[in-house]
Amino acid sequence: MKPTDLTLAGLAASLGRKELSSLEATQACLERIEATDPKIGAFLHVDAEGALAQARASDERRAMGASLGPLDGVPVALKDIFCTKGIPTTCGSKILEGFVPPFDSSHVIRLAQAGAVMVGKLNMDEFAMGSSNETSAYGPCRNPWDLERTPGGSSGGSAAAVAARQVFGTLGTDTGGSIRQPAAFSGVTGIKPTYGRCSRYGVIAFASSLDQVGPFGRTAEDCALLLQAIAGRDPMDSTSLDVPVPDWASGLSSASVKGMRLGVPKEYFVEGVDPEVEAAVRAAMKRLEELGAELVPVELPHTEYGISTYYVVAPAECSSNLARFDGVRYGLSERQEGGLREMYFRTRAGGFGPEVKRRIMIGTWALSSGYYDAYYLRAQKVRTLIKRDFEEAFRKVDAIVTPTTPTAAFRLGERADDPLQMYLADVFTLACNLAGLPGMSLPCGFTSGGLPIGMQLLGKPLDEATLFRVGAAYQAVTDWHERAPQEVA
Amino acid sequence: MALTSEQVERVAKLARLSLSNDEIEGFRDQLSTIVDYIGKLQSLDVSGVEPTVHAVDVESTPLREDVVGESLTPGEALANAPAKAGTLFLVPRIIE
Repeated sequence: MKPTDLTLAGLAASLGRKELSSLEATQACLERIEATDPKIGAFLHVDAEGALAQARASDERRAMGASLGPLDGVPVALKDIFCTKGIPTTCGSKILEGFVPPFDSSHVIRLAQAGAVMVGKLNMDEFAMGSSNETSAYGPCRNPWDLERTPGGSSGGSAAAVAARQVFGTLGTDTGGSIRQPAAFSGVTGIKPTYGRCSRYGVIAFASSLDQVGPFGRTAEDCALLLQAIAGRDPMDSTSLDVPVPDWASGLSSASVKGMRLGVPKEYFVEGVDPEVEAAVRAAMKRLEELGAELVPVELPHTEYGISTYYVVAPAECSSNLARFDGVRYGLSERQEGGLREMYFRTRAGGFGPEVKRRIMIGTWALSSGYYDAYYLRAQKVRTLIKRDFEEAFRKVDAIVTPTTPTAAFRLGERADDPLQMYLADVFTLACNLAGLPGMSLPCGFTSGGLPIGMQLLGKPLDEATLFRVGAAYQAVTDWHERAPQEVA
Repeated sequence: MALTSEQVERVAKLARLSLSNDEIEGFRDQLSTIVDYIGKLQSLDVSGVEPTVHAVDVESTPLREDVVGESLTPGEALANAPAKAGTLFLVPRIIE
């Protein structure tokens, strides 16, 4: 068994027993990245020197009996949307080529405080806008299970790196499904916590009322270990909630779903869902029933309005957030001729890719005079109706189970020229962001063509604990999450 | 609802994006398709529904004391500047 075959929790135990050193684990990751990443393209930047130094420091701490906890010495990597002091951060965009942040995001600081080893920065859709990682200005990332297919997006690199066993865990962000959808496509576990559970400080903003940070791992337990290290109130983000962070990871090995009520919304089992995906999710629900959970039909009647609502609210917020990229303070600056105005227009035209421009324009249009009430304000009201649907459903159930995505991973290029088709890939994930709920995706099977299928669990606000419990109980009796892609074996 | 090329140009101007004629045409068709789709929102009755601006209750995010904290030094803040003059960001001519 290679070190990289271990789960994050497995490595933590192995480091604790001094069977492996952090240096050995980190070297194994770097070798694995070197061997597999030319084919996958998960990393935009590898900081080998920094990682090895952090690993040595961790081994020294452990030798002195001063280990910082389960993440101490564990190699991880971050979506390139997290600002890392002294390490390039591009957000997958040409407009930030060469940008080196002068500060660390809160998550980078907290991971460092937990002793984690930061190996590098991961590929993503430009400014987190996309569902396939194809809008990255630095080339696509490929799905380790089938190199002709997308790993999902926008956190494609974060999912692919875990699937390909390049690192033990990663962080991503999720605005409309950007953690859960790639987790499903790449056959790994990923969680978007409740809005406000994690700080957004130092995370390049896309849509501020929807953006949330979360981890990817091979198991629910791995995700719990990472999430509890980064969650919690942060004075640098006034929307981060001042609530205690539970120790989600402990006790998961004996997690049970006995007596739990799991909602099954009919709106998520409709035409357009691939029959193989539906069959796998239904089989997983049956499995949970066998473990003692009760399946309860629920209704989420405004589901069909989710995409329209999201594709008004998110672009509106993005058009405002991305106004800061103007060529003045950082990044690309086209100022060869003309004055300030020309610099704005040329910098943004040259630095943003087509999907980012599309979303900025949709948002600008929806906020513009004459359309604001009919689109933006109306979308915010529909958002209330979507939220109420969930409040109603959660009166009856502890969590909701759905497919994460209507299909398994699609081919690279298949939807690249059809933005609306691409948007439809998020149909089951974005309501969770609109309502601010926690949502998790975990592997629950494969298509006949060998592509991973994901099941989504949605929980009550601040009830990540239930999602971790259901995930751990399911993973205790299944082995989907243990399978490794053979394409990059 | 189909957008005209003029509308696309107007939006691009508001968004500070210079677009070629080809881009305007491409965006016109794509944005029309998307705007058509999100038109679905018009079919719902939202009378009396309060808008949701934020996923969490804003009351639960208290303001901090207004005291000066740590911040970047001018050198750090300017480190990525495309052009600077002393401790200032330098920009092209503003008055046309």
